[in-house]
Formats: sequence, C-alpha cells, structure tokens
Amino acid sequence: MSSIDTPTKATAVSPDEIVHEQRDGFKISDYIGPFITFALFISVWYLLSDVVLPQQKRFLLPTPHKVVQDGFMVWHTGERRGLQPILVSLWDSAKIALIGLAITILIGMSLAVIMSSRRWLERATWPFLVAVQSAPILALTPLIRALIDGTQTQRLLVVVLISIFPIVSNTLFGLLSAENSQHELFTLQGASRWVRLTKLQFPAALPNIFVGFRISAGLAVIGAVVGDFYFRQGGVVGIGAQIDVYRSRLWGAELITAILLASALGLVVFLFFGWLSRIAIGKWHTTNRGR
Amino acid sequence: MFEMQTGTNMTEANTPALLDFEGVSMTFPDGTKALDDVSFSVKAGEFVTVVGPSGCGKSTLLRIASNLEANTGGTCSVDRDSIGYVFQDPTLMAWRNVQRNVELIAELHKVPKAERLARAAEAIEVVGLRGFEDKYPRQLSGGMRMRASLARSLVMKPKVFLFDEPFGALDEITRERLNDEVLNLFQSEGFAGLFITHSITEAVYMSTKVLVMSARPGRIVASFDVPFGLNRSHDLRYEPKFAELCGEISHALRGAHQ
Repeated sequence: MSSIDTPTKATAVSPDEIVHEQRDGFKISDYIGPFITFALFISVWYLLSDVVLPQQKRFLLPTPHKVVQDGFMVWHTGERRGLQPILVSLWDSAKIALIGLAITILIGMSLAVIMSSRRWLERATWPFLVAVQSAPILALTPLIRALIDGTQTQRLLVVVLISIFPIVSNTLFGLLSAENSQHELFTLQGASRWVRLTKLQFPAALPNIFVGFRISAGLAVIGAVVGDFYFRQGGVVGIGAQIDVYRSRLWGAELITAILLASALGLVVFLFFGWLSRIAIGKWHTTNRGR
Repeated sequence: MFEMQTGTNMTEANTPALLDFEGVSMTFPDGTKALDDVSFSVKAGEFVTVVGPSGCGKSTLLRIASNLEANTGGTCSVDRDSIGYVFQDPTLMAWRNVQRNVELIAELHKVPKAERLARAAEAIEVVGLRGFEDKYPRQLSGGMRMRASLARSLVMKPKVFLFDEPFGALDEITRERLNDEVLNLFQSEGFAGLFITHSITEAVYMSTKVLVMSARPGRIVASFDVPFGLNRSHDLRYEPKFAELCGEISHALRGAHQ
C-alpha cells in the first residue's frame, strides 16, 4: 500500500487541497465609493436649492449649510424648533420601530415555520400576506382606531403591517432551501420534525433570514414614521408627527433635519443587522460576485 | 473462489446475511418498473458492488434497503438501525465545521457528548482529516468533503454500509485514494458493504463480488466473484487478471445494455 494512502496519517490530505479564499482586506476603493456618492448627493442638493427651484420657493429646500445652521446647530428655540425636540421625537419613534420590529420578527418567523410545514398552509396564507403588504395604511386607519385602544399599540400595529412581509417570505424561502439529500440524511436517522427544523432547516435558512431582517428593519422605521402621522397623542410625539408639523408650518431647515435623522435611523438599523449577519453566518456563508 | 482466496473466518457459509434482497421489485406510481425480481444478499465481510447503466435502478436498491423508499414486491431484510449511508454528494451542513459535521449523526442519535467527541475524533483520524476540524465545507476540496461525509457515517460504526456512487464526481487520483481508504475501513471494521458505481474498475477494485444490472427494469443479469485478496494495492489495476475480469464484466454490461 502506498504511503499516501495510509489513513492513520494526519497528513493524508495535503494542505494545498484546502481551498484558499481571498478575504477582502482594507481597500481604499471601499471607502472612496460612499464618499463620492455623498459628494454627488450634496451637489445635487445645492443644485436643487440654488438653481432649479424658483426663487420664491427656495424656502422649501434650504441649502445644506443652511440646514446645518438652523436645524442641527440650534438646540432648542420656540415650542418645537431645534435639534433637541427632533431628537426626542426620533427616540420615541425609534422605540416604536424597534419594539415593532421585534414583534414582527417573532410573528413573521413563526408564520414562516407554520407555512413551511404543509404546502396547503403555505398556499392558504400567501394571498393574505400579499394583501397586507399592499394595503394602504391610510385606508385602514379608521378601522385600526376603532378596533384597538391606545396610541402606542396602534403605532406598533402599523409597524408590523408594513414590515412583516419580507420576514415571512425570506424565512420561508430559507426554510425550504435545504437540499433534498440533506433531508434524506435526517430521515435516515429518524429525526423528528422539531430536530429537522432546528438542526437543518433553520440553520440553512439563516442567510435568507438575515436578508429579511435587513429589509424589514428599514420598513419598520418607515412604519413608525407613517404610524406617527396617523396616531398621535399629546406630549411627546414621534418623528413622523414632528415632520408633519414642520411641513405644515413650512419650516424647511427643521423639516430636512428631521427627515435626514429619520433616514439615519433606518441606516443604523440596516447596518446593525448587516453586522449581526456577518457575526452569525460570515464564517460559513459565501457571497459571490463572479470575479 | 472468493472464500478460498480471502480465507477469513467471517465469510463462512453459515454467517447470516446482514442485508438480504428476496425477489425485490419496485414499480413507481407513474408505472415505471425500476426493479424486477432482484435477489442477493450481503454478509459481514462481503463487499458487493452493483454496476449498471444510468437509470437502471441501482440507487433504488439502496433507497429500499434504507427504507427511504418502499419496495412494491418481494422482501428486503436488514437491520435498519445499523445502516451507514454515503450519498452521491457529501451532503455536509455548510454551517457546521468538519468536527461538528462528523458529530451530526451521533448527535441525532443522542450519543452522549463525551462519547460523541471521542468517536468523532477517531473517525476524523481514520479518514485523514486531523488538523482540519475547524474548517467549514466551503474551505474544503471535493475529496476532503467526501472524507468528512465518510467519517460522519463511520461514527455510528454501522454493520451495513451503503455507498451510492460516492466518488463519481471526484478526479481519478482522489477517487483511487478514497477507494483504498474505504477498502482499509472495510478490512478493519468488517462491515457488509453495498456499493453502487458505474465504473467497472472501481467495482472490481473495491469488491468481493460484482453484480451487473440491466436497465428498465433493473435485473441482476450476472454475478462475478472477485478472486483477489483484500490486501489490494494501486498496481492491481494494471495486472492482466484484473483487466480480464473487467473485460468480462464489461461484456456482461454491454449485453445488459441492449
């Protein structure tokens, strides 16, 4: 028997059989890209504010430096102007978005698990999910107000309605993505439905689940802002309600500041789930760009 | 002839068969007759290989033996708790590293952790993957993935080992190396092996007996005892008597293919 075939030798496999992969290190081009798009964004903004808009309508879109001066650099003047009230509202909406997202994830993933178990359940559920996704919240507000007490609960419901679809569809797609031969391996060991779910389907679904999280996270922030528009009470109001006030009073700088901060919240949540995804599945999941 | 040559005490005529097909037929719901009256048995210390054209129902034999599919006629008796099944592809879990993949079947059978770790370490050693325990499937070559897959089945020390064309996708050198390793395992573990392939060389090199199967419906049309002892080495493939046996099997296969 030739020596390379002796199975008791740990070196039976030569190290170069290992597939070497390129890990992307620090690349300056990774950072130049976002910088360029940001510069473009600011340029277009200046162009709109100073050139495109007619003189008498320029108050609608103050230039970037004006927004920084009047929106970001002023802490608190008058009843609702300045950065401080905007941040307070933003925090109020952020709480709704995050709690809503947590509820969405819980309900959405459970729904996907149920749908993955039987084909008829899947078929019975889809039309309603699509309906929920495309229903205009505006049209539902009277019904929501009539059925549910409490502004916070109403706002949470809006978040769930707006953000649930991607979680369900991505989780379901992931749960059904395990290969047939992998299923057979589990069948051969007499694995229970629960074992199959937790040790095969769920881990196989993780890459898709994280995609769902990232999409839904952004939608949850939108849902919170939309919910603020329709369901508000006295005292602290959400960023959506705040934006509505600025809009109606034509306070351009504050309006833009509030919009930028709400977008930043969406971005932060999006980046958080991207980071979480890398921690959870980065070791084994590959993304291919065809280089 | 084979019994005289190997001369091991495991293959006495009265050794009970671990896997026994008795007039097994299989007709799929769409009316396709995959197997027709297939009878043969595999004892401990026997390594039986089935060769045949693609789609002749070879794999169906294994699926029936492992109860993944129910035969429509005849009987197949086997101790289903003691089957190792090596699939066509490695079917590793991408999210588990080599160590955890090898532990998987033992984990599903609720083998206590300490024992599981010990058995996995042993299996990893046997297939030559020591030092690669922390690697994930995507970091391994095709041959190494297959080794990990083998180790995963070895952990339960099955008495009956079913191989469904496991090395078909590998390059020739890797394939020959793995042939030797399976042969080594067969010698040390003494399981009953049933191997499916469409490579005649592989069939002769690996087995104590080669069965030739016809297509549609699958029938055993010829059986060849392989007269070489179990201490086989790479060079056996180039000996005249090896080539001669391959030739005979090839003829039988061509006959079956008509």
